[in-house]
Amino acid sequence: MHKIYTNIVEITGDVITVEAEGIGYMDIAEIAIRRGRSLAQVIRIDGKRVSLQVFAGSKGISTEDKVRFLGHPMRVASGSDLLGRIFNGSGEPLDKGPQLTDNRIDIGGPPVNPVKRVIPNKMIRTGIPMIDVFNSLVESQKLPIFSIAGEPYNDVLARIATQAEVDIIVLGGMGLKYDDYLFFRDKLQEHGSLSKSVFFIHTASDPVVECLLVPDISLAVAEQFALNGKRVLVLLTDMTNFCDALKEVSITMEQVPSNRGYPGDLYSQLAARYEKAVDFDTAGSITILAATTMPGDDVTHPVPDNTGYITEGQFYLKGGVIEPFGSLSRLKQQVNGKTCDDHRAIMDTMIQLFASYREAIEKQAMGFQMSAWDQKLLKYGRRFEKEMMSLEVNIPLESALDLGWRILSDCFEPEETGIKKSMIEKHWKFQNA
Amino acid sequence: MVKNRTGRIVKINGNMVSAQTDTFVVQNEVAYIICNEERLKAEVIRVKADVAHLQVYESTQGLKVDDEVEFTGELLYVELGPGLLGQIFDGLQNPLPWLAEKCGFFLKRGVYIDPLADETEWDFTPVKKAREIVRAGDKLGAVKEKIFTHYIMVPFGLKGNLDIISIAAKGKYNLKHPIAGLKDANGKTHEVFLQQKWPVKIPIKAYAEKLKPQEPLVTKMRTIDSLFPVSRGGTYCIPGPFGAGKTVLQQLTSRHAEVDIVIIAACGERAGEVVETLKTFPNIKDPKTGKPLSDRTVIICNTSSMPVAARESSVYTAVTIAEYYRQMGLNVLLLADSTSRWAQAMREMSGRLEEIPGEEAFPAYLESRIASFYERAGSVRLNDNKIGSVTIGGTISPAGGNFEEPVTQATLKVVGAFHGLSRERSDARRYPAIDPLISWSKYKGFIGAKQKEAGHRALRKSSDVAQMMKVVGEEGTSLADYIDYLKGEFFDFVYLQQNAFDEIDESTPKERQEYIFSFIYDNILRPDFNHSSKEEALKFFQKLRQLFKGWNSSVWDSEDFTRTEKEIKGLCIKFTQTS
Repeated sequence: MHKIYTNIVEITGDVITVEAEGIGYMDIAEIAIRRGRSLAQVIRIDGKRVSLQVFAGSKGISTEDKVRFLGHPMRVASGSDLLGRIFNGSGEPLDKGPQLTDNRIDIGGPPVNPVKRVIPNKMIRTGIPMIDVFNSLVESQKLPIFSIAGEPYNDVLARIATQAEVDIIVLGGMGLKYDDYLFFRDKLQEHGSLSKSVFFIHTASDPVVECLLVPDISLAVAEQFALNGKRVLVLLTDMTNFCDALKEVSITMEQVPSNRGYPGDLYSQLAARYEKAVDFDTAGSITILAATTMPGDDVTHPVPDNTGYITEGQFYLKGGVIEPFGSLSRLKQQVNGKTCDDHRAIMDTMIQLFASYREAIEKQAMGFQMSAWDQKLLKYGRRFEKEMMSLEVNIPLESALDLGWRILSDCFEPEETGIKKSMIEKHWKFQNA
Repeated sequence: MVKNRTGRIVKINGNMVSAQTDTFVVQNEVAYIICNEERLKAEVIRVKADVAHLQVYESTQGLKVDDEVEFTGELLYVELGPGLLGQIFDGLQNPLPWLAEKCGFFLKRGVYIDPLADETEWDFTPVKKAREIVRAGDKLGAVKEKIFTHYIMVPFGLKGNLDIISIAAKGKYNLKHPIAGLKDANGKTHEVFLQQKWPVKIPIKAYAEKLKPQEPLVTKMRTIDSLFPVSRGGTYCIPGPFGAGKTVLQQLTSRHAEVDIVIIAACGERAGEVVETLKTFPNIKDPKTGKPLSDRTVIICNTSSMPVAARESSVYTAVTIAEYYRQMGLNVLLLADSTSRWAQAMREMSGRLEEIPGEEAFPAYLESRIASFYERAGSVRLNDNKIGSVTIGGTISPAGGNFEEPVTQATLKVVGAFHGLSRERSDARRYPAIDPLISWSKYKGFIGAKQKEAGHRALRKSSDVAQMMKVVGEEGTSLADYIDYLKGEFFDFVYLQQNAFDEIDESTPKERQEYIFSFIYDNILRPDFNHSSKEEALKFFQKLRQLFKGWNSSVWDSEDFTRTEKEIKGLCIKFTQTS
């Protein structure tokens, strides 16, 4: 029998303190509030004083409200019954479906033993040349999309989700606008992917603290699928909201902030989630794609900064295109040597030339004379932007590489590209023939 | 028998637990928290009246007030002995492969396994006889571990002269079997085993003297060896923003560096990167010995999602193992990736202890902790006059890529070389992204001072001209300046940059570096070229660059190599002769 406590002694922000005994750290409690019921989690115990963060927020909590400790950490149902369902940030159904109670698992489970991981080696094809050619996405990779509010990051996420060959899609929405949520739902429905998807949605109108559970719930569910041999893609949008919720709670708890008010353990908190991305030895995999909005387009802001140190690269979405500079897939080397023999040559050369093009543009903007070489670069850069960078382009990798050779041979002499002779002989001639 | 000292939990805050006790408490002693069936390892980090503050090396989920705490009286130690090489440990020296056998996919908390296999028998050969006098750190005998002669030494903690009262004959022994008995000045006898324990936070100092680092440590990375060399027994740091290639640089160094043993401390970084190392090393042959690289490597792996407190101990575990092998007269390289995560672990704990924060909330003792860690590096003369060394290379992940932050600044004060990575270079795909304009080294390398300075000068000049060109444009730059600009760019492209995906270019041995550097100095950096126009100069250097790239990936001293060399020389001479 769970004990019920009614002596709430402190309410600060979304954290309440209640006097209780025999309570486990991180355990979950249920609070009966006048306006409904909320879950809360133990975040500090000091003698008899137990502090809990209330996921529904503390608005309307009375010092007499009943707090019932469940005696276990946060749990969520798992298994194939979840497919096609939509839940809120605490795992309650948002669709008209039944509450699920089977196969409940603890969220935020222990880390994977590194020796049970395998080296990622399967490319996920997206049909976007800026990803496939220049920064290939790899199964089990964790990769955020850095962008500012207003950029089409949710469109990119949805597009990758519908085109990638995965078994299960888990969407964790944090502070998601309601229409964005509808957009995801419709997009997945359109491509017939909804029946292999699970949604955990915390919308912008829900209490901020509730989004703290979303990554853990989504990843716990994904982990169960992966252990059963499924290849799972987890989409988390937007992780900055998650970090802001962490900040709010830590400030309420009077923790010393480290940088711009964020808690000192922001790195560890983010890592605990992102590191759930895994390719299991003899089982399935989890790939994480997240959206991280950068306040003020500042990549040195603590959220993108800490994220960048954890994730295996990032896609930098700016002006509606994936920027080649600032974008990076750390795992691309695991796969791009095996696709086509010219993949790496095209990747390196086109980017180096594109960097020179940017310099030429700068020169032009400052009114300097354009040399013949600069003219060539300008021609090249414009074609690159139009035919490669645009998110409109949707072609398989092989066609993209052919396109690359065509653009290069239309704009330059072979030795101007700096590509190895043997490679030129094989592909350049082929293009001109 | 002494009654166990115990306490009771009174407060839980993250991985910091306070326990009330009525017995004495030792600072930094190990304690276990009893939570149902589990025993969670923790360390005493502060004592206030009858309350001990513990950092818990595991998740604290489910702990309750009044749970029992058992104090052990021992500091956090590692076990040192044969069997360390090739193994993969977590920050507390639990062997991860054996944990996987026992627990499967996940790291179950509260499960600890002895780091060394007790039953394995080792072929022991004594090198000392009974009645000889020895001191701590002296070699008593040896076993064969992989390709190394692993010396069994007098326990480092023993004091003064000791009499050998007994020593085992040549034969097979396991770790539990005593191989020698020693008597100290007070007449107390000590048994010696193949393994010994040592507290991680205390340096091993059982050597004659510490020397100045002098001999260059060849990493086969041209930028490092030629321009910013590291010495054996020295220290260096690699700060850089994310994505600049710190870890790749460390991985390449761990493969190619000319040392006996490499200890990799993956501290709070991505698990994926460690996986790459631990899955590929058994299959990569060390060119020097022909044996797998894993035979000379120990991996300490406490990745970012593993418990934070163990991250703090992992660098100490790593450096203690490094010091142990140094005591055998071996050259050891310790690569710590990343020291910022270690510093952050200290910050997290300091915050929970409610200490007054320093800059960016790092604790005030950050600098002294960093300094004392790097000070554990060094080249030493052992009791038997052999030389051993520990070189420490640490990466730093500065917040926002800004080197003005506390961890970078504290580290720069104590290291001998600084390899600063820059975002601009990595964005331009110039790898390794070590920025030659900001990096420095206090050590002496194998490239002559004159040539080295010429290299630095070319890079500086080129950068100056490039800056100027941004203002006055190419047309406002003189031909001579323009050629200097191209020279520096060329030197950067073909010498500093190295293609990690080219088998040959990936690592350049010492003699090849000396040869190529001299070649560039004589034929390109020093001469004045007589190009008639900028256009012509640009074309010339583009052609040169392409030839050089081919040269860099040709086998040393092969026909291909000589042919390309001739071609390059011919091209250079064409434009240096006065017509």
